[in-house]
Amino acid sequence: MGVRILYFASLREALGSEGEQLELPAGVASVAALRTHLLVRGDAWLALSAPRIRAAVNQVLVADSATVTDGDEVAFFPPVTGG
Amino acid sequence: MELESISIRHADFDVGAEVEALSGAGTAGAVASFVGVVRGGGEQRDAVLAMTLEHYPGMTERALADIVVRARQRWALGGVRIIHRIGKLLPGERIVFVGVAGRHRHEAFAACEFIMDYLKTQAPFWKKEETAEGARWVDARDSDDAALARWQG
Repeated sequence: MGVRILYFASLREALGSEGEQLELPAGVASVAALRTHLLVRGDAWLALSAPRIRAAVNQVLVADSATVTDGDEVAFFPPVTGG
Repeated sequence: MELESISIRHADFDVGAEVEALSGAGTAGAVASFVGVVRGGGEQRDAVLAMTLEHYPGMTERALADIVVRARQRWALGGVRIIHRIGKLLPGERIVFVGVAGRHRHEAFAACEFIMDYLKTQAPFWKKEETAEGARWVDARDSDDAALARWQG
């Protein structure tokens, strides 16, 4: 299945990527599994697994246990600092 | 006037015109507003020279609309206006405006603070500060989470 992934702020800089379209293997069907799936890319991707990094699926904040399905937009970002 | 207005933009805003828009409907007895401004650091070496605001287009608007819904569940409100600027801003420049109209001052004050506390902790904006010593991303503050928790007890 395919998902669109977005990275923001300090995480975007650490990864050197604003986002990507990604085909996920069967079995990668949650936010937690997606984080683990991306870890194999190298040390820089450890940043993605830091507990402080939040996740949103289809623009709604979710817990790591949240399901990821075909066509979803998944975003990862540090704690927000607006206002 | 639209009952609700949420705007994410580069351009500055006119505080007087925003407050006027909230007062104009004629049913409100109170309008409370908040303006957030880029804080300059004075003479210190790590003083903020400029700030760049990034956001998550789409989710930001959804998050702010959701915050307004939550506020309306707690208080009977008239108009609500939120403006948040993005891009590069200098010390003294306005960042955010929240204005709330209500029947009485108590609900207008409370709803304005409620919206700001939620915005600070739930809306996907990020600040990067430029100083003479380099650029740094602003860390989230525990005090902002504590402010939010007041409303969740």
